[in-house]
Amino acid sequence: MAKFTKKKKGDLPAVSTASLPDIVFMLLFFFMTVTTMKDSSLMIKNELPYADQVQKLDKKDRVIYIYAGKPSPRYQDKYGTAAKIQLNDKFADVSEVANYVLAERASKREELQNVLTTALKVDNETNMGLVSDIKQELRKVNALKINYTTRNGNAFQNLK
Amino acid sequence: MARRGAPPEVNAGSMADIAFLLLIFFLVTTTIETDAGLDRKLPPIEPPENPPIIKQKNIFTVVVNKNNQLLVEDEVMELKNLREAAKEFLDNGAGTGEKGEPCDYCQGSKNPESSDHPNKAIISLQNDRLTEYGTYIAVQNELVAAYNELRNREAQRLFNRDFTEMNNTYLDPKTPDNVKDDLKPKIERIQEMYPQKLSEAEPKNN
Repeated sequence: MAKFTKKKKGDLPAVSTASLPDIVFMLLFFFMTVTTMKDSSLMIKNELPYADQVQKLDKKDRVIYIYAGKPSPRYQDKYGTAAKIQLNDKFADVSEVANYVLAERASKREELQNVLTTALKVDNETNMGLVSDIKQELRKVNALKINYTTRNGNAFQNLK
Repeated sequence: MARRGAPPEVNAGSMADIAFLLLIFFLVTTTIETDAGLDRKLPPIEPPENPPIIKQKNIFTVVVNKNNQLLVEDEVMELKNLREAAKEFLDNGAGTGEKGEPCDYCQGSKNPESSDHPNKAIISLQNDRLTEYGTYIAVQNELVAAYNELRNREAQRLFNRDFTEMNNTYLDPKTPDNVKDDLKPKIERIQEMYPQKLSEAEPKNN
């Protein structure tokens, strides 16, 4: 009877993982180039509305960010569900916006201080009352160039 | 005798793990920024000294109420019709402009009840304090789109290019200076033809 001798090298050859580091490094460099560092963690719901007539924002060092929206679920028992403003890492009142903008403006280089844009990142469902209050504060400190930051898409999606 | 010729190879097996750690670190700490939006200019807080008298027919009033409904020139309107209505108003050109010149590039119906000239036409946008921000942005977007479509039409006629595309090239920091110098007069000319006069009134209190 024929004997099926098991070959000594019958096992599958191991897949070479020598190129795995290269692949991972490629991914790493991709993410390093296309993303930017988070400078503040959001404590609010921040679903931006859609618009399609958008203009690109200026370079990052010429922009002051103001966030607004409902506090995210884990802050709701402390701060309630009414829409709030977030400056840097903490919730703020409308009256603090002016000082914040002045402080941010003072911290930029002198040649940039006249070309600053204020980007309003406001949640879709916020009432305009809060946004108008922010706009009034910005007018008081003469920060007149603003940008309503939006996602790129059809504006009719905002009306649900 | 032990081999001594070649140096021992460094084990690179853990390199992938190290790279993965770095990759995960960057995935967690960074975001892909959404840095585009609608640029607007707020009016200065102190009113101008001699506010010009503006005829009612040169003002296109858009009111958004607290139920996110639109009232355009005292008539209820759907958002999808707003762009056409705004274009019709801006492009009307029934009379003469600020310097007394007629609008020779307007293609509107020249209705004497509507705006005189694009450089006199003003769109006034009013909102309620309870209007939703998303709706407000949608309305703003439609109004900006009306301006952009008219500007694109004129830019196509004069320079065979879209105004929005020229403007984006101009604002792009990577564009070389000689291209910018070439674009600047063209953009200014189009902006002069259809100046964006979009006033955002303070909301009504109630």
